[in-house]
Amino acid sequence: MNSTESRFNLFHYAAPQAFYPIAGKLAPLFAAIALLLTLAGLWIGFFQAPTDAVQGEVYRVIFIHVPAAWMSMFVFLVMAFWSAVGLTLNTRLSALMAQALAPTGAMFCFVALWTGALWGRPTWGAYWVWDARLTSQLLLLFLYLGYMALVAAIDDPRRRDKAGAILCLVGAVNVPIIYFSVKWWNTLHQGASVSLTKAPSMASIMLSGMLVMALAAWAYTIAVALYRVRVLILERERHTDWVRGELANIGEVH
Amino acid sequence: MNAFSAILRRDLLLAWRSRADLLISLAFFVIVGCLFPFGVGAEPNQLRAIGPGVLWVAALLSCLLSLHRLFAQDYQDGTLEQMLLSPDPTVLWILAKVIAHWLTTAVPLLLITPLMALMFDLEGGAIQVLTASLAIGTPTLSLIGAVGAALTLGLRGGGALLALLVLPLFVPILIFGAGSVDAFLSGTGASAHMLLLGGGALGALALSPIACAAALRISTE
Repeated sequence: MNSTESRFNLFHYAAPQAFYPIAGKLAPLFAAIALLLTLAGLWIGFFQAPTDAVQGEVYRVIFIHVPAAWMSMFVFLVMAFWSAVGLTLNTRLSALMAQALAPTGAMFCFVALWTGALWGRPTWGAYWVWDARLTSQLLLLFLYLGYMALVAAIDDPRRRDKAGAILCLVGAVNVPIIYFSVKWWNTLHQGASVSLTKAPSMASIMLSGMLVMALAAWAYTIAVALYRVRVLILERERHTDWVRGELANIGEVH
Repeated sequence: MNAFSAILRRDLLLAWRSRADLLISLAFFVIVGCLFPFGVGAEPNQLRAIGPGVLWVAALLSCLLSLHRLFAQDYQDGTLEQMLLSPDPTVLWILAKVIAHWLTTAVPLLLITPLMALMFDLEGGAIQVLTASLAIGTPTLSLIGAVGAALTLGLRGGGALLALLVLPLFVPILIFGAGSVDAFLSGTGASAHMLLLGGGALGALALSPIACAAALRISTE
């Protein structure tokens, strides 16, 4: 017993009770990083980056659009990872992490679609085209909504965790299939009349602004997921003594 | 193999005894198909263009409508738990149930598809391709849908939730199914689409019973 406690053990933090205080310490840190990076990224994006020769000022939407699109796809992968971990190792925290990430992923999905529409109107002349990327992003949003709806519909925590994990893995298997089928469908139907590929070379200042914003999106996601997982832990473990003590400290005990 | 054929025979018999349910999903398919000309206008060229897609969407929705029947009754009367406890491989009898579901919902639909296609003024060759694409594509719908049905077993708002879960996963099948007819009509031939549909069906056949078994165990524990 003592020998396992003495050395660093990752599984120690798989217990919600052990992870809760760590998450509480890390979340504000990442929130601060996210704020600083967002300010820096927006400053680069709006004041440093030059006006695009082809698209004019409207291209500046990429500083939000591209990081949001990247993040929306990446978050689903992370959720699938936590789902696989939760199913194989039977750790409760993994499923909570996946559930904490889902709303953020869906939010980024929506932001990517929304900013894309705002960019598409002046550039393509339409808010929406059935382009492969747009369509698969929309379907990804539906996958997020389906996951959140399933998790919300199940009352039993054990079943909620595992059913959500299975759905997440099934979705992850299907995401590449959906992407390639939509891509093929699109090229069969209307050809490459509209392409999302930008001018061949991107000014390095633009790229750095985008990368800073992408890092900001990472930090924001981590911070929000940690805040959310803390709430989920409290909700899940509300019958235990340590949560009662914690709530008494905050002054919210009923 | 004994359990497989026993479950298959039982489910087919149960479906036959409640024939009205099967007719309802078939009627649903026909009515949804008939709604579209009212909505988009009955101009023959337009009908020919949208026909394959409309019939595929109608088939997809009709499959969705019948999916909850797959496990719901066995879940309610406790049969499902007994089957999960039985020594026979879970994947085997799940496959039998899915095949029974396909035989009772998709096959009647395949038989009536040529008639529906005539209402959309499709020509003979296109009707054959459409029916063949449905024959190859619908097993995948039943297989993927079974996972969704197992996950939503006994949940409130199960029907709408099931639709939200499985419809995005049906999109590739819809694309290649409806696309096969377009490919045939444009002269490129439908074999690529058919092969992809067949590949999808085989992939789903290999993976989805396993996911479905895991989901059923979670839903009943």
